[in-house]
Amino acid sequence: MYAALIILPLIGAAVTWLIPFDRLRPKVLSLFTFAHLAVTIQMLTTTPPESPGGWFHLDALGKIVLLSTSVLFLLCALYSIGYLFYRRERSNRVLCSGLLVCLAAASMVTITHHLGLMWVALETTTISMAPLIYFNRNARSIEATWKYLLICSVGVALALIGLYFLAYATIVARVEPSLLLDDLMRDAAKLSSGWVHAAFVFLLIGFGTKMGLAPLHTWKPDAYGEAPGLVGALLSGGLVNLAFLALLRVYQLSLATKEILFFQNALVVMGLVSMIVAAVFMARQADFKRMLAYSSVEHVGIMAVALGLGGRAIFGALFHILANGLSKGVMFLSSGNIHRSYNSKSTDHVRGALRRLPWSGGLFLAGFIAITGSPPFAPFISEFTIVSSAFMQGRMVIGALFLVSLMVIFIGMALTVLPMVMGEVPAESETTSYRDTIYTVGPPLVLLLLVLLLGVWIPAPLMTLLNEGAALLGGHQ
Amino acid sequence: MITLADQLLVLVLLINFVSLGTSRLMFSIRAVAAQGVILGILPGLIHPFSWHLVAITVVIIAVKGFVIPMMLGRAVRSAEIKREVEPFLGYVPTLLLGAVFTALSFGFAGRLPMLPEHQNYMFVPASIATLMTGFLVLTTRRKAISQVIGYLVLDNGIFIFGLLLTEAMPIMVEAGALLDLLVGTFVMGIVINQISREFSSMDTSLLTSLKEE
Repeated sequence: MYAALIILPLIGAAVTWLIPFDRLRPKVLSLFTFAHLAVTIQMLTTTPPESPGGWFHLDALGKIVLLSTSVLFLLCALYSIGYLFYRRERSNRVLCSGLLVCLAAASMVTITHHLGLMWVALETTTISMAPLIYFNRNARSIEATWKYLLICSVGVALALIGLYFLAYATIVARVEPSLLLDDLMRDAAKLSSGWVHAAFVFLLIGFGTKMGLAPLHTWKPDAYGEAPGLVGALLSGGLVNLAFLALLRVYQLSLATKEILFFQNALVVMGLVSMIVAAVFMARQADFKRMLAYSSVEHVGIMAVALGLGGRAIFGALFHILANGLSKGVMFLSSGNIHRSYNSKSTDHVRGALRRLPWSGGLFLAGFIAITGSPPFAPFISEFTIVSSAFMQGRMVIGALFLVSLMVIFIGMALTVLPMVMGEVPAESETTSYRDTIYTVGPPLVLLLLVLLLGVWIPAPLMTLLNEGAALLGGHQ
Repeated sequence: MITLADQLLVLVLLINFVSLGTSRLMFSIRAVAAQGVILGILPGLIHPFSWHLVAITVVIIAVKGFVIPMMLGRAVRSAEIKREVEPFLGYVPTLLLGAVFTALSFGFAGRLPMLPEHQNYMFVPASIATLMTGFLVLTTRRKAISQVIGYLVLDNGIFIFGLLLTEAMPIMVEAGALLDLLVGTFVMGIVINQISREFSSMDTSLLTSLKEE
């Protein structure tokens, strides 16, 4: 069962690599991502037993991230059928097989309880996405790819030394040397605090870089800005959640040691700094894809703050994994359509998108309303849970800073988004062959409906899953 | 055998300074290759003989000592660039900083509890010093290839620490990490080629079109 999640996308990657026709490849990609989602749902309903040795174990946290990743990959794959039709000038071989390799590695991150294996899989997701950011083959995209590859690789390498410190702590404590999460949690109290403290610092920096928490976020606007819309959607809605899952594993471990307070405080500080940085750079952003990147910095900040607060906010953080991932999908996919239609991502050129592309423009506007935390969409639920938890715990300053950042970001984002979608299309605007079709509009529409659905009604099994996950992280009702 | 391991670690530290002090890219690549070969020999000195160990040694020497340096060498030749020019920080200051960091890592390692059998050896300080050197090269150099060299030195530092952990790290995970390094460097090599084609140089300080005003 566990093997199917990994091997299926890998077979898909090989098949798409061998297919010589550009038209056929996205369809095969969709087929394999569909099969992956089917296996995922099968595994969520009939939880497979822990593998011998405890290397693979799908717990509630892994399930939440696996579900959101698998759904997002399927919809992005369907979107690619329509999108790549407009990009026939270049081969999509690397894009299609890269996506499937990334999906295999992403599944590995969610199902493993071995921190070393999780690290290898996480680094694989980083590398497999690099050629995809370079899809447009120009000077700007090469710069973005270089920054992404170097900063994320170095960051993740620092996380590896953090893991090594943990492993050495088990050797020094003369307990069973191991990097299995369950072994480490069992022996956590006996581990030497010096090594554990150093390990947590490196792990936070490493996974924080990969997640894009300020001040380690510098690669993010470039990579998200230059990557094709569907790659941006997967980076901001998929890879970010995998890095967050890695942080959740560290958090689980820190709960069992004396380091939890330090770790929580560091998360709150980095999270708030991320939100403030996003608020500052969001205003007057002349490139709407870079604006979305800062929105991603904001939302990883929200998740970090929630994790740092603990208690009821943990539930909010876990729900935000789904809410943020799906909303980012809506935003990036519809912004990709707008980019295609105007052949520009500058807010000076893009005006009146609602008139030119009623569907994509409307989705972009609705996505903006959702991602800024307005009811009745899902991010409202998670953000409200987090902020109310902050005030209930009596942490007024954190709650106030959180609310002020959200407000400033709402205004900053509105100043960019509203002129883009409202008004008249400029007369000098370039005409392109792009038209909204079922493949380019359907996937973001489905994502938006999911975001709306989760905002008004959380299905009972999902509710159980979120509560189980929160319990693993010590977040009580 | 452990004393020989310690002497080799001193050599690793000296190579760190070579990579900090030289401006010639090919020389720097060879220095990192030599460091990779030494790292390949080390496991053989601290563990009892087995065919398993021989295989590990061969793979590490092949990857770190030959394959990766060859890929980088090709990137340098195709870009026709021989030297690092005008680093962000001069060679003498970086050498001095490197010395300071090396001293600090001995201090840092001394403060952390270690197994008695590791107490007198240099694995931990050498690892942290190499890591810091890699970081220093990464942050002070302009050329994309120098930054990759910095990344490799940093990774070598992590690898040295990994030598203490053979019981905790399963071989599959180690192999996965090595494969990631190999593929990562391969992709970086391709990106470097594209940078030199696009900008007619490998100078990453030219990569500024995406700066926030």
